[in-house]
Amino acid sequence: MLLAEIEGSLSAVGYGLAAIGPGIGVGIIFAAYIQATARQPESARLTQQWVWIGFAVVEALALLGIAFGFVF
Amino acid sequence: MRVNALSAGMVASDVHFPPTVDEFFPPALFGLDGWLTKFTIYAWVAVALLIIFFLVAYRRPTLVPGRLQWMAESVYGFARNSIAVPMIGHDGVKFAPYFTTLLCFILLTNLYGIIPGIQISVNTHIAFPIILAVISYVMFNYIGIRKHGFVKYMRNSLVPPAPWYILPILIPIEFFSTFIVRPITLALRLFANMFAGHMILAVFALGGFALLNAQTWYIKPISVLSWGMAIALTFLEALVILLQAYVFVVLTSSYISGALAEEH
Repeated sequence: MLLAEIEGSLSAVGYGLAAIGPGIGVGIIFAAYIQATARQPESARLTQQWVWIGFAVVEALALLGIAFGFVF
Repeated sequence: MRVNALSAGMVASDVHFPPTVDEFFPPALFGLDGWLTKFTIYAWVAVALLIIFFLVAYRRPTLVPGRLQWMAESVYGFARNSIAVPMIGHDGVKFAPYFTTLLCFILLTNLYGIIPGIQISVNTHIAFPIILAVISYVMFNYIGIRKHGFVKYMRNSLVPPAPWYILPILIPIEFFSTFIVRPITLALRLFANMFAGHMILAVFALGGFALLNAQTWYIKPISVLSWGMAIALTFLEALVILLQAYVFVVLTSSYISGALAEEH
Protein backbone atom coordinates (compact mmCIF):
# COMPACT_ATOMS: atom_id res chain seq x y z
CA MET A 1 0.00 0.00 0.00
CA LEU A 2 1.46 3.32 -1.04
CA LEU A 3 1.61 5.67 1.93
CA ALA A 4 3.47 8.57 0.40
CA GLU A 5 4.97 9.42 -2.91
CA ILE A 6 7.35 12.14 -3.95
CA GLU A 7 7.59 13.32 -7.50
CA GLY A 8 10.15 15.52 -9.11
CA SER A 9 13.80 15.58 -9.86
CA LEU A 10 15.92 13.37 -7.62
CA SER A 11 19.10 14.73 -9.21
CA ALA A 12 18.30 18.20 -7.96
CA VAL A 13 17.90 16.85 -4.42
CA GLY A 14 21.11 14.88 -4.86
CA TYR A 15 22.99 17.96 -5.95
CA GLY A 16 21.61 19.94 -3.04
CA LEU A 17 22.90 17.36 -0.59
CA ALA A 18 26.22 17.12 -2.40
CA ALA A 19 26.76 20.86 -2.15
CA ILE A 20 26.78 20.93 1.66
CA GLY A 21 30.31 19.54 2.03
CA PRO A 22 32.08 21.69 -0.54
CA GLY A 23 30.25 24.75 0.73
CA ILE A 24 31.65 24.23 4.21
CA GLY A 25 35.04 23.30 2.74
CA VAL A 26 35.39 26.46 0.69
CA GLY A 27 34.39 28.49 3.71
CA ILE A 28 37.07 26.83 5.79
CA ILE A 29 39.73 27.48 3.16
CA PHE A 30 39.05 31.17 2.89
CA ALA A 31 38.61 31.52 6.66
CA ALA A 32 42.04 29.93 7.11
CA TYR A 33 43.59 32.30 4.59
CA ILE A 34 42.03 35.36 6.19
CA GLN A 35 43.08 34.29 9.69
CA ALA A 36 46.62 33.44 8.62
CA THR A 37 46.97 36.79 6.87
CA ALA A 38 45.61 38.57 9.93
CA ARG A 39 48.16 36.92 12.16
CA GLN A 40 51.10 37.41 9.83
CA PRO A 41 50.47 39.76 6.91
CA GLU A 42 53.80 38.99 5.22
CA SER A 43 52.68 35.45 4.55
CA ALA A 44 49.81 36.57 2.34
CA ARG A 45 51.68 36.21 -0.94
CA LEU A 46 53.12 32.83 0.00
CA THR A 47 49.81 31.29 0.95
CA GLN A 48 47.65 32.84 -1.76
CA GLN A 49 48.74 30.26 -4.29
CA TRP A 50 47.44 27.46 -2.07
CA VAL A 51 44.09 29.20 -1.59
CA TRP A 52 43.24 28.80 -5.25
CA ILE A 53 44.50 25.23 -5.49
CA GLY A 54 42.51 24.24 -2.43
CA PHE A 55 39.41 26.04 -3.69
CA ALA A 56 39.52 24.28 -7.03
CA VAL A 57 40.04 20.85 -5.54
CA VAL A 58 37.13 21.27 -3.11
CA GLU A 59 34.89 22.86 -5.73
CA ALA A 60 35.51 19.89 -8.02
CA LEU A 61 33.35 17.77 -5.75
CA ALA A 62 30.47 20.22 -5.90
CA LEU A 63 30.72 20.29 -9.66
CA LEU A 64 30.77 16.52 -9.88
CA GLY A 65 27.37 16.77 -8.20
CA ILE A 66 26.00 19.04 -10.90
CA ALA A 67 27.46 17.01 -13.74
CA PHE A 68 26.33 13.64 -12.44
CA GLY A 69 22.82 14.99 -12.08
CA PHE A 70 22.67 15.01 -15.85
CA VAL A 71 24.51 11.76 -16.38
CA PHE A 72 22.57 9.45 -14.07
CA MET B 1 17.78 27.13 -28.06
CA ARG B 2 20.99 29.11 -27.94
CA VAL B 3 21.36 32.11 -25.68
CA ASN B 4 21.89 34.39 -28.65
CA ALA B 5 18.20 34.01 -29.32
CA LEU B 6 18.21 37.38 -27.55
CA SER B 7 18.97 39.00 -30.84
CA ALA B 8 16.66 36.83 -32.91
CA GLY B 9 13.47 38.51 -31.72
CA MET B 10 12.27 35.63 -29.63
CA VAL B 11 10.00 37.66 -27.41
CA ALA B 12 6.68 36.54 -28.75
CA SER B 13 7.43 32.93 -29.49
CA ASP B 14 7.52 29.83 -27.37
CA VAL B 15 10.62 29.68 -25.18
CA HIS B 16 12.27 26.32 -24.59
CA PHE B 17 12.71 26.49 -20.83
CA PRO B 18 14.44 25.07 -18.80
CA PRO B 19 17.49 24.46 -20.97
CA THR B 20 18.56 20.85 -21.35
CA VAL B 21 21.72 19.06 -22.31
CA ASP B 22 20.67 19.20 -25.97
CA GLU B 23 21.64 22.85 -25.94
CA PHE B 24 25.25 21.79 -25.94
CA PHE B 25 24.97 19.94 -29.24
CA PRO B 26 24.43 22.39 -32.08
CA PRO B 27 23.64 20.99 -35.52
CA ALA B 28 26.56 20.05 -37.72
CA LEU B 29 27.76 22.55 -40.28
CA PHE B 30 27.45 21.96 -44.01
CA GLY B 31 25.82 18.62 -43.29
CA LEU B 32 29.12 17.02 -42.25
CA ASP B 33 27.47 15.24 -39.40
CA GLY B 34 29.82 13.95 -36.77
CA TRP B 35 32.97 15.92 -37.41
CA LEU B 36 32.41 19.54 -38.36
CA THR B 37 30.44 21.55 -35.85
CA LYS B 38 30.85 25.03 -34.45
CA PHE B 39 33.01 23.55 -31.68
CA THR B 40 35.59 22.33 -34.16
CA ILE B 41 35.83 25.74 -35.77
CA TYR B 42 36.10 27.48 -32.40
CA ALA B 43 38.90 25.17 -31.32
CA TRP B 44 40.78 25.80 -34.57
CA VAL B 45 40.30 29.55 -34.23
CA ALA B 46 41.70 29.43 -30.68
CA VAL B 47 44.79 27.55 -31.86
CA ALA B 48 45.26 29.93 -34.76
CA LEU B 49 44.91 32.98 -32.51
CA LEU B 50 47.50 31.65 -30.11
CA ILE B 51 50.03 30.79 -32.79
CA ILE B 52 49.59 34.11 -34.57
CA PHE B 53 49.76 36.12 -31.35
CA PHE B 54 52.98 34.63 -30.07
CA LEU B 55 54.65 34.61 -33.48
CA VAL B 56 53.81 38.23 -34.20
CA ALA B 57 54.73 39.39 -30.72
CA TYR B 58 58.21 37.92 -31.03
CA ARG B 59 58.94 38.66 -34.66
CA ARG B 60 61.40 41.46 -33.97
CA PRO B 61 62.14 41.41 -30.27
CA THR B 62 63.72 44.51 -28.81
CA LEU B 63 65.46 44.96 -25.49
CA VAL B 64 62.90 47.54 -24.44
CA PRO B 65 59.69 45.77 -25.41
CA GLY B 66 56.84 47.30 -27.31
CA ARG B 67 53.26 46.66 -26.20
CA LEU B 68 52.65 43.33 -27.93
CA GLN B 69 55.99 41.92 -26.92
CA TRP B 70 55.39 43.09 -23.35
CA MET B 71 52.03 41.32 -23.24
CA ALA B 72 53.48 38.06 -24.52
CA GLU B 73 56.41 38.31 -22.13
CA SER B 74 54.08 39.03 -19.21
CA VAL B 75 52.06 35.90 -19.90
CA TYR B 76 55.20 33.80 -20.20
CA GLY B 77 56.67 35.47 -17.12
CA PHE B 78 53.56 34.71 -15.12
CA ALA B 79 53.62 31.04 -16.12
CA ARG B 80 57.31 30.80 -15.38
CA ASN B 81 57.74 32.89 -12.22
CA SER B 82 54.44 32.29 -10.51
CA ILE B 83 53.67 28.71 -11.51
CA ALA B 84 56.63 26.73 -12.81
CA VAL B 85 59.48 27.94 -10.64
CA PRO B 86 57.66 28.11 -7.26
CA MET B 87 56.21 24.64 -7.78
CA ILE B 88 59.01 22.73 -9.46
CA GLY B 89 62.07 24.76 -8.56
CA HIS B 90 64.89 25.66 -10.86
CA ASP B 91 64.04 22.85 -13.29
CA GLY B 92 60.68 24.45 -13.81
CA VAL B 93 61.96 26.71 -16.55
CA LYS B 94 61.95 23.73 -18.92
CA PHE B 95 58.20 23.37 -18.50
CA ALA B 96 57.33 27.05 -18.68
CA PRO B 97 56.63 27.12 -22.46
CA TYR B 98 54.19 24.22 -22.18
CA PHE B 99 52.49 25.81 -19.18
CA THR B 100 52.15 29.10 -21.03
CA THR B 101 50.56 27.38 -24.00
CA LEU B 102 48.26 25.34 -21.80
CA LEU B 103 47.23 28.38 -19.79
CA CYS B 104 46.51 30.47 -22.87
CA PHE B 105 44.67 27.71 -24.68
CA ILE B 106 42.40 26.89 -21.75
CA LEU B 107 41.83 30.59 -21.13
CA LEU B 108 40.88 31.24 -24.75
CA THR B 109 38.60 28.24 -25.09
CA ASN B 110 36.93 29.11 -21.78
CA LEU B 111 36.50 32.76 -22.74
CA TYR B 112 34.30 31.68 -25.62
CA GLY B 113 31.71 31.08 -22.92
CA ILE B 114 31.11 34.77 -22.27
CA ILE B 115 31.89 36.32 -25.65
CA PRO B 116 28.58 37.52 -27.12
CA GLY B 117 27.65 35.63 -30.25
CA ILE B 118 29.57 32.54 -29.29
CA GLN B 119 28.59 32.10 -25.65
CA ILE B 120 29.55 28.47 -25.36
CA SER B 121 32.93 27.19 -24.31
CA VAL B 122 34.67 24.47 -26.27
CA ASN B 123 35.40 22.78 -22.95
CA THR B 124 31.72 21.98 -22.38
CA HIS B 125 32.32 18.89 -24.49
CA ILE B 126 34.29 16.68 -22.17
CA ALA B 127 36.52 15.42 -24.96
CA PHE B 128 38.70 18.54 -24.87
CA PRO B 129 39.38 18.51 -21.11
CA ILE B 130 39.95 14.75 -21.31
CA ILE B 131 42.73 15.15 -23.87
CA LEU B 132 44.35 17.96 -21.90
CA ALA B 133 44.20 15.87 -18.72
CA VAL B 134 45.60 12.81 -20.52
CA ILE B 135 48.53 14.89 -21.74
CA SER B 136 49.22 16.07 -18.18
CA TYR B 137 48.83 12.52 -16.85
CA VAL B 138 51.22 10.97 -19.36
CA MET B 139 53.60 13.87 -18.83
CA PHE B 140 53.99 13.62 -15.09
CA ASN B 141 54.25 9.83 -15.14
CA TYR B 142 56.76 9.81 -17.97
CA ILE B 143 58.91 12.45 -16.29
CA GLY B 144 58.86 10.58 -12.99
CA ILE B 145 59.71 7.25 -14.61
CA ARG B 146 62.43 8.81 -16.73
CA LYS B 147 64.07 10.38 -13.71
CA HIS B 148 63.76 7.65 -11.13
CA GLY B 149 63.20 4.44 -13.04
CA PHE B 150 59.92 2.56 -12.93
CA VAL B 151 60.34 0.66 -9.66
CA LYS B 152 61.70 3.58 -7.68
CA TYR B 153 59.07 5.91 -9.08
CA MET B 154 56.31 3.54 -8.07
CA ARG B 155 57.78 3.21 -4.62
CA ASN B 156 58.01 6.98 -4.23
CA SER B 157 54.44 7.49 -5.34
CA LEU B 158 52.71 4.59 -3.68
CA VAL B 159 54.47 4.08 -0.38
CA PRO B 160 54.05 6.99 2.01
CA PRO B 161 56.23 7.26 5.10
CA ALA B 162 54.02 5.42 7.55
CA PRO B 163 54.27 2.45 9.94
CA TRP B 164 54.27 -0.91 8.16
CA TYR B 165 50.99 -2.12 9.61
CA ILE B 166 48.79 0.48 7.93
CA LEU B 167 50.52 0.34 4.55
CA PRO B 168 48.05 -2.30 3.25
CA ILE B 169 45.32 0.33 3.54
CA LEU B 170 47.41 3.31 2.47
CA ILE B 171 48.93 1.86 -0.68
CA PRO B 172 45.61 1.18 -2.50
CA ILE B 173 44.39 4.61 -1.46
CA GLU B 174 47.55 6.25 -2.81
CA PHE B 175 47.31 4.26 -6.04
CA PHE B 176 43.70 5.22 -6.52
CA SER B 177 44.40 8.85 -5.69
CA THR B 178 47.50 9.31 -7.82
CA PHE B 179 46.84 7.21 -10.88
CA ILE B 180 43.07 7.19 -11.19
CA VAL B 181 41.57 10.20 -9.46
CA ARG B 182 44.08 12.79 -10.64
CA PRO B 183 43.46 12.69 -14.39
CA ILE B 184 39.73 12.18 -13.94
CA THR B 185 39.32 15.17 -11.67
CA LEU B 186 41.56 17.35 -13.81
CA ALA B 187 39.29 16.79 -16.78
CA LEU B 188 36.04 16.76 -14.85
CA ARG B 189 36.80 19.96 -12.94
CA LEU B 190 37.34 21.99 -16.10
CA PHE B 191 34.40 20.41 -17.90
CA ALA B 192 31.96 20.73 -15.01
CA ASN B 193 32.84 24.37 -14.34
CA MET B 194 32.22 25.34 -17.94
CA PHE B 195 29.12 23.17 -18.23
CA ALA B 196 27.55 24.51 -15.05
CA GLY B 197 28.44 28.09 -15.94
CA HIS B 198 26.78 27.83 -19.33
CA MET B 199 23.70 26.19 -17.83
CA ILE B 200 23.31 28.91 -15.23
CA LEU B 201 23.65 31.69 -17.79
CA ALA B 202 21.18 29.90 -20.06
CA VAL B 203 18.70 29.46 -17.21
CA PHE B 204 18.67 33.14 -16.33
CA ALA B 205 18.67 34.41 -19.89
CA LEU B 206 15.97 32.03 -21.12
CA GLY B 207 14.12 32.44 -17.84
CA GLY B 208 13.84 36.13 -18.55
CA PHE B 209 12.08 35.33 -21.80
CA ALA B 210 9.90 32.73 -20.15
CA LEU B 211 8.85 35.28 -17.54
CA LEU B 212 8.23 37.83 -20.25
CA ASN B 213 5.81 35.41 -21.89
CA ALA B 214 3.89 34.93 -18.65
CA GLN B 215 0.13 34.96 -18.71
CA THR B 216 -0.37 37.66 -16.07
CA TRP B 217 0.94 41.20 -16.52
CA TYR B 218 2.49 41.66 -13.09
CA ILE B 219 4.98 38.82 -13.57
CA LYS B 220 6.46 40.26 -16.74
CA PRO B 221 8.69 42.92 -15.05
CA ILE B 222 10.49 40.17 -13.09
CA SER B 223 12.19 39.23 -16.34
CA VAL B 224 14.38 42.31 -15.88
CA LEU B 225 15.59 40.89 -12.56
CA SER B 226 16.37 37.63 -14.30
CA TRP B 227 18.44 39.38 -16.95
CA GLY B 228 20.19 41.41 -14.25
CA MET B 229 21.19 38.14 -12.58
CA ALA B 230 22.46 36.90 -15.95
CA ILE B 231 24.71 39.97 -16.20
CA ALA B 232 26.01 39.57 -12.64
CA LEU B 233 26.66 35.88 -13.20
CA THR B 234 28.57 36.67 -16.37
CA PHE B 235 31.09 38.56 -14.24
CA LEU B 236 31.27 35.60 -11.88
CA GLU B 237 31.74 33.36 -14.91
CA ALA B 238 34.69 35.50 -16.00
CA LEU B 239 36.30 34.94 -12.60
CA VAL B 240 35.66 31.20 -12.82
CA ILE B 241 37.17 31.08 -16.32
CA LEU B 242 40.41 32.70 -15.17
CA LEU B 243 40.53 30.56 -12.08
CA GLN B 244 39.98 27.25 -13.88
CA ALA B 245 42.70 27.95 -16.42
CA TYR B 246 45.12 28.87 -13.62
CA VAL B 247 44.18 25.89 -11.49
CA PHE B 248 44.59 23.39 -14.32
CA VAL B 249 48.13 24.58 -14.95
CA VAL B 250 49.01 24.85 -11.25
CA LEU B 251 47.80 21.32 -10.56
CA THR B 252 49.73 19.97 -13.54
CA SER B 253 52.87 21.67 -12.25
CA SER B 254 52.20 20.32 -8.76
CA TYR B 255 51.91 16.76 -10.10
CA ILE B 256 55.12 17.18 -12.08
CA SER B 257 56.93 18.50 -9.02
CA GLY B 258 55.61 15.55 -7.02
CA ALA B 259 56.90 13.15 -9.68
CA LEU B 260 60.32 14.77 -9.65
CA ALA B 261 60.61 14.93 -5.88
CA GLU B 262 63.31 12.95 -4.14
CA GLU B 263 61.25 12.05 -1.16
CA HIS B 264 60.72 9.07 1.14
